[in-house]
Amino acid sequence: MSADVKTRNQELIQEVLAAYPEKAAKKRAKHLNVYEEGKPDCGVKSNIKSLPGVMTIRGCAYAGSKGVVWGPIKDMVHISHGPVGCGQYSWGTRRNYYGGTTGVNSFVGMQITSDFQEKDIVFGGDKKLDKMIDEIVTLFPLANGLSIQSECPIGLIGDDIEAVAKRKTKEIGKTIVPVRCEGFRGVSQSLGHHIANDQVRDWVLDKAESNHETGPYDVAIIGDYNIGGDAWSSRILLEEMGLRVVAQWSGDGTLKEMEKTPKVKLNLLHCYRSMNYISRHMEEKYGIPWVEYNFFGPTKIAASLREIASHFDDKIKEGAEKVIAKYQPMVDAVIAKYKPRLDKKTVMLYVGGLRPRHVVGAYEDLGMEVVGAGYEFAHGDDYQRTTHYVKDGTLIYDDVTGFEFEKFAEKLQPDLVGSGVKEKYIFQKMGIPFRQMHSWDYSGPYHGYDGFAIFARDMDMAINSPVWGMTKAPWKK
Amino acid sequence: MPQNAASVLDHNRLFKEPEYQSLMEGKKVFEDAVPDAKVKEVEDWTKSWEYREINFKREALTINPAKACQPLGAVLAAAGFEGTLPYVHGSQGCVAYFRSHFNRHFKEPSSCVSDSMTEDAAVFGGLNNMVDGLSNAHALYKPKMIAVSTTCMAEVIGDDLDSFIKTAKQKGVIPEEFDVPFAHTPSFVGSHVTGYDNMMKGILTHFWTGKERKANNSVNILGGFDGYCVGNNRELKRMLGLMGVDYTILSDASDVFDTPTNGEFNMYAGGTTIEATKAALNAKATIAMQSISVAKTLEFAATTGQEVVELNCPIGVTATDAFLMEVSRITGKPIPAELELERGRLVDAMADSQAYLHGKKFALFGDPDMAMGLTAFLLEMGAEPVHIVCSNAPKGWEDKMQKMLDASPFGKEAKLYPGKDLWHMRSLLATEPVEFLIGSSNGKVLERDCNVPLIRIGFPIFDRHHHHRFPIWGYQGSLNVLVKVLDKIFDALDDGSRNDVDFDMVR
Repeated sequence: MSADVKTRNQELIQEVLAAYPEKAAKKRAKHLNVYEEGKPDCGVKSNIKSLPGVMTIRGCAYAGSKGVVWGPIKDMVHISHGPVGCGQYSWGTRRNYYGGTTGVNSFVGMQITSDFQEKDIVFGGDKKLDKMIDEIVTLFPLANGLSIQSECPIGLIGDDIEAVAKRKTKEIGKTIVPVRCEGFRGVSQSLGHHIANDQVRDWVLDKAESNHETGPYDVAIIGDYNIGGDAWSSRILLEEMGLRVVAQWSGDGTLKEMEKTPKVKLNLLHCYRSMNYISRHMEEKYGIPWVEYNFFGPTKIAASLREIASHFDDKIKEGAEKVIAKYQPMVDAVIAKYKPRLDKKTVMLYVGGLRPRHVVGAYEDLGMEVVGAGYEFAHGDDYQRTTHYVKDGTLIYDDVTGFEFEKFAEKLQPDLVGSGVKEKYIFQKMGIPFRQMHSWDYSGPYHGYDGFAIFARDMDMAINSPVWGMTKAPWKK
Repeated sequence: MPQNAASVLDHNRLFKEPEYQSLMEGKKVFEDAVPDAKVKEVEDWTKSWEYREINFKREALTINPAKACQPLGAVLAAAGFEGTLPYVHGSQGCVAYFRSHFNRHFKEPSSCVSDSMTEDAAVFGGLNNMVDGLSNAHALYKPKMIAVSTTCMAEVIGDDLDSFIKTAKQKGVIPEEFDVPFAHTPSFVGSHVTGYDNMMKGILTHFWTGKERKANNSVNILGGFDGYCVGNNRELKRMLGLMGVDYTILSDASDVFDTPTNGEFNMYAGGTTIEATKAALNAKATIAMQSISVAKTLEFAATTGQEVVELNCPIGVTATDAFLMEVSRITGKPIPAELELERGRLVDAMADSQAYLHGKKFALFGDPDMAMGLTAFLLEMGAEPVHIVCSNAPKGWEDKMQKMLDASPFGKEAKLYPGKDLWHMRSLLATEPVEFLIGSSNGKVLERDCNVPLIRIGFPIFDRHHHHRFPIWGYQGSLNVLVKVLDKIFDALDDGSRNDVDFDMVR
């Protein structure tokens, strides 16, 4: 990017900071920057408390644990433990697809809660939890286990959910996982991911005994939540290249698959932010190497398939080449169709802990350019990884506030903003095309070659919709 | 390979392709999945009378409730005032949830801030968060008013909003005269409806307390927690305008959640003005369109000397008649011929279509007032409500409902289920089937599991667009409800007769 753009972006940062009270401006200044090529990171601080009152886009630890990591495990019943709201708002909104019969042998699309009342706050909720577990066992006999997803009050009223979990596990003979993911813990969803990972380690893997048959090509997909079916459009490629996918963590996943994972040959990590913890643990404890991969866009998919294959023998390496060759004509046709309509279009991204970098390649495959990027809950290592993707001069905004994001977009005038549902309608009012990049805007999958075609179609339909030509009344033009 | 550039397949079709079907089948090995026959056996059992009895014995477990928590309602109440920034004191994740909940229902922006309390605030209290939060929110978003409610975290640790706000003002982070009404809204008491009530009462208390009332001839309208506030409030304004009544809708989010796409984002569109809110103290009466949703607010209004009128989500002819007659009685303004004409047209439409509703068996669920309004409408059409679930029914709801049902020959079969959830409803529908189900989008799993068509009326409506733009109150609103119900009935008739002799062109 030109020096002009860098200067403009720096000025823009100063301009938004000027609107804050002094103390807040000083703090926010550390989270905003312009990427300088060659630097080891993006020059921003991250994973720090959000300022009060600024309209952060972030969620909480419960969202990170129940919403992201645990919620998609389909053969377990996940209790939203506390008042009714948390489970209600997160009921069926994340689009992690799953197979099975809901309420019979799959429990993802359900809102199961202890619905705390005042007496539960005053006298504690452990007895209620105990009874709930019995009721769940009776009503859902095919559930293989339970998790207890703590909401804010649990940690404040001194409940001992671990003791309940231990006692009831013995009683019912099923896995029960207590998770201390109260919403006030940490600064975002991120700590919820970490706590959830730790509980998988302590309450699932440590106790797992699986005598299943293993094979030389056993792998697990880690950190794919099957949004709109992403894990399936990834799995299909891995199977086609000759690998045996033993487990999906956690989209369309099961407790049983998690228990089998300590015996795989390689862990394939997609969302680094939310599941690097468990991958590192399995490396240390079981000696399973892990490899990060990126299944957005053909360039990164091919590179990832080759990287994954490099951990195996020639059979798999040949398999990877065959897969790449098989899909190339379809990919070429997709690019031929959509690139002319999207070439040189600019994008601003603000998503969770992975996608602001991971999708850059997919946009570039279509000729598009990412001019601004930021994360809700990234850490320093995410911003380091981001340098491999973004261009010199890219505007970087960590834990962006509603105010900043709006001002940035007003000035940068991107052709597309990719962010969440809370942002969608704001930018559309401004006449800026938008795609939700958490839920794929009710579309998807976007992973894999099959997903790339959908991604390309969706970006085209957002940007080239005739509706954007009508935002101004003709008599005012 | 199923995918192709010419006709891109997304999840709607992609996963039905044989490649993916066999992928999913193959995956079952690793899931240690129980055989399909066993799944079917258990599924059938979950729909049995035996299961129903076990299900209804539940004491601790709540499954698929049709209610949310207090601060959600507080945010909606606050959003309906001019230039008002809803502010929730407590954990930030809650606000992300409230905002996205409204985004998904209205397909509109939803502005609201949190003061992001974390572990240290849990230990030391959230005063610093409040001081910084008010300072930042005031500077960045330049509201005319900040309306504060609480999450359960702040309630459990016992933060005192009144003293915190006063302290913030003493510290000078916001002007002394700046309006910061507040309400404590613990999530472990009541539901979103209660929170709406608390916030509304908090706002009126803030503006009315200690002020002298000079009664005039105007009326106040309290909509209560209303997912149709965009369409309903506009319809109320139209009707009251036709009557020439001087009125104030207290919390009018109709323009807030319906801004144009014109190149600019307007965070503070419309809303009841602060001046009008202050002046509303002088109203002759306050009419609650959903009295359960504003019960405490009404009590407060009554203490000012205002007459209060309690309605329960007026849908249908009789309920709309009652609303208009109350307005007319209070203000002395006659009901104009135009509205009488509309009434006649609604009755005409009901007469044209009554045969399709008469004797049809319905199940319904929803907020307490909504459940009353819908029940009244069904009875009016000669339809028979059978199962009525209200997860957040307060005391007294059952009696009121039973009275209404007892007064109609079409209410004889109805059973009321206050405090029950949609998993209870599943058992009811599986063991005692009905022809149609009315409720929010959360009912779609019941539609699937129990093969009963869902008519989407309620909150939230996530999976259909723009319903909130059309009123369900008044004669026009009732017509909308009628058409919504009829469309589903006709669709069901067509679906059931596709290959039959009675796939009729005319119905």
